[in-house]
Amino acid sequence: MTPEIGHFALVLAFGVSICLAVFPMYGYFTNQNGFCATAKPLALLQGLALAVSFGVLMYGFLAHDFSIKYVADNSNLDLPWHFRMSAVWGAHEGSLLLWALILSFWGVAVALFSRGIPDHMSALVLSIMGMIGVGFLAFMLFTSNPFVRILPFPPGNGADLNPLLQDPGLIFHPPMLYMGYVGLSVAFAFAMASLISGQLDSTWARWSRPWTTVAWAFLTLGIALGSWWAYYELGWGGWWFWDPVENASLIPWLVATALMHSLAATEKRGLFRSWTLLLAIAAFSLSLLGTFLVRSGVLTSVHAFANDPERGVFILGFLIVVVGGSLTLFAVRASKVSEPGEFGWISRESFLLFNNLILTVMAVSVLLGTLYPLMVDAIGGGKVSVGPPFFNAVFVPLTAILVSGMAFGPLAKWRQSSDPKLYRPLIVTLIVSVVVGLAWPSVLDGNYSMGTAIGVTLALWLAIAIRIDFVRKVGLYGGVGSALTRVERGTIGMWLAHFGLAVTIFGVVMVENHTEHRDLRMGVGDTQKLGNYDLWMTDLAVINGPNYVADQATFEIYFGEILYKTVTPQKRRYNASGMVMTEAAIDSGFTRDLYIALGEPLGGGDWAVRLSLKPYVDWIWVGAFLMGLGGFVSITDKRYRKRLERENAEAAVDGATA
Amino acid sequence: MNPKRKQRLFIILGMVSGLGIAVGLVMYALSQNINLFFTPTQIVKGEAPSAQMIRVGGMVADGTVDRDPQSLRVAFEVTDFDHNVRVSYEGILPDLFREGQGVVVQGRINEGQFVASEVLAKHDENYMPPEVTEALRQSGKLDQMIGVQKQ
Repeated sequence: MTPEIGHFALVLAFGVSICLAVFPMYGYFTNQNGFCATAKPLALLQGLALAVSFGVLMYGFLAHDFSIKYVADNSNLDLPWHFRMSAVWGAHEGSLLLWALILSFWGVAVALFSRGIPDHMSALVLSIMGMIGVGFLAFMLFTSNPFVRILPFPPGNGADLNPLLQDPGLIFHPPMLYMGYVGLSVAFAFAMASLISGQLDSTWARWSRPWTTVAWAFLTLGIALGSWWAYYELGWGGWWFWDPVENASLIPWLVATALMHSLAATEKRGLFRSWTLLLAIAAFSLSLLGTFLVRSGVLTSVHAFANDPERGVFILGFLIVVVGGSLTLFAVRASKVSEPGEFGWISRESFLLFNNLILTVMAVSVLLGTLYPLMVDAIGGGKVSVGPPFFNAVFVPLTAILVSGMAFGPLAKWRQSSDPKLYRPLIVTLIVSVVVGLAWPSVLDGNYSMGTAIGVTLALWLAIAIRIDFVRKVGLYGGVGSALTRVERGTIGMWLAHFGLAVTIFGVVMVENHTEHRDLRMGVGDTQKLGNYDLWMTDLAVINGPNYVADQATFEIYFGEILYKTVTPQKRRYNASGMVMTEAAIDSGFTRDLYIALGEPLGGGDWAVRLSLKPYVDWIWVGAFLMGLGGFVSITDKRYRKRLERENAEAAVDGATA
Repeated sequence: MNPKRKQRLFIILGMVSGLGIAVGLVMYALSQNINLFFTPTQIVKGEAPSAQMIRVGGMVADGTVDRDPQSLRVAFEVTDFDHNVRVSYEGILPDLFREGQGVVVQGRINEGQFVASEVLAKHDENYMPPEVTEALRQSGKLDQMIGVQKQ
């Protein structure tokens, strides 16, 4: 009986989203405030209905209700409870439900925190989000209903969750990523609302800026978690594969990054208005495209699920409606956008423009590389694949160009070409970073790497430039704490995010150029040297996990004569599915990770073993975490808090007079 | 033309030419870095270029996996149930590599043998790489493969 409640709630949410899409929009065009006022309650109701639906599905997993086909396909009596929870979004239907739930949460958030926005505007925004909801809920109900039952004879046990996904990484990776993807719908909805209402001054930018920043921060964390998960769970030790689905998350991230920066220029100076609108449309459309790529299985990918052409066609149709509709609206209205104001050739604005140009080119090249196999196939050119060499060849130089400019941007002044004296400290920065950067690879073992030298130079260049800005605004000695509170939170967030990028770049160049890596044959009693460590394989055993049987090797890691650590990589075979999984043993450290993974048994008690020493690999994710943190810090800016307080005060006054 | 207009014109021209150059370079880089896909039948018929990085997809033929007892060298045959291609590889095979399962190998043809630099197996029991499906469709043996999977 319970699953029917979930199904019913889903249908209810669908109905509510149709009302949400129609009523406020109707109210707006007929000037009937009553209809506009339905937007917020409907958004709350939609959130509630989807929360119930999601809760029921989760209950189905926790209670082992195998009469629900989705549960039977993705769970098992032996699956630990925390993985049964994350299994809710472990496959297609459930992850769509999560998508819809998060969309409705963003709607609820807009409804709750939009008191400063005129009612007709928030009605339009919520109505647009309602339309997106209609699309996704229809998709779920008609092609991918998670509440399909197996009745009257439900199976006694489930098929189990894909072992790849039985990992804490999966608990957080998809929700974070979806928060980002779907959060971009808010910026999209604001852009649409301003196009519909014709209110094309920079107010919409002010409203949508914090939402965009939060969505971007979630997207950053989601991508980083995915990369980290791939690193330790896929068993290969790589951190980025240029897999189509990774690219599908990177492209919206690049565009959202451009959008954040262009929103700054639009909000502060009213510049690049139509460009910013276009970016808001592009960012969300590209996250839909990402969903299409993941869900349709048109590309060969780690993430591709079993294909279902019908689903692909539906999302493609939805994508065409969204992109086509929004671009048409843009084409009709954007000509009315006036672009006031000039700016100097070397001003903050011109650096933001530079940032946008490079980020757009990056996004376009990754998009082209990702879709190229589809295009070639479509024109009958046969099956081709585009590998990492292409992406590296394009992405790496562009990043270098972008970072070169990032040192100037924050130092430059708005409007005017700044006094060249402003940039004088950068001469010293340049000298220091080039000297240290060139020297750095020569203190490392192995061949001198020019790539490392350039990478480290760029990371330092960026980090020192942030320090210059920091010293200018906060000071260097005494009272830094109190000075820091006077600096805008937005600026602090920017420092964190930019510094995070420097950290990530350092991690990337070190891992890519200085990883010590060996695949070899080892048996009990064998020793291998890895960097300054000696790895001694001391034991092989078979152990029983909750829902798997594993071959487990024991490695003692010696640093000189000292036993530093004992680690146990495993090769697991999951009972329910019979799938084999590698559980690498990773010893994480500040300057390096030791990575040991079992390949396959080779007979005679020997195993294929993968040993890696990965210098500074964790810096990649620490840097990404700093970027995300920067995003969250910047939305606590006084401007937004003050506005909220003022709005609350106004609301209180309104309430008192009413 | 007033200075504001002039600046916008310059910016737009700069943007368009920048994007144009970038797209051109990207397309050039693409043409240098794509890996064409071939079926085992095409390889056997000599339709694939040698010494160029290519991909081959099919099923791992039963009873053909041959391990070197001393090293990580391994050889196996990839089949579309019409023709087989012998593949040699040195390294660790993916977890889901098994006889009778779909696989995509990337590498070069060297003196009549396919030397793989990468072996990709599927990551999900129900998922079949599109290339493999295509190869089997071309050889007309897709039904046979589905039959094998069902067993």
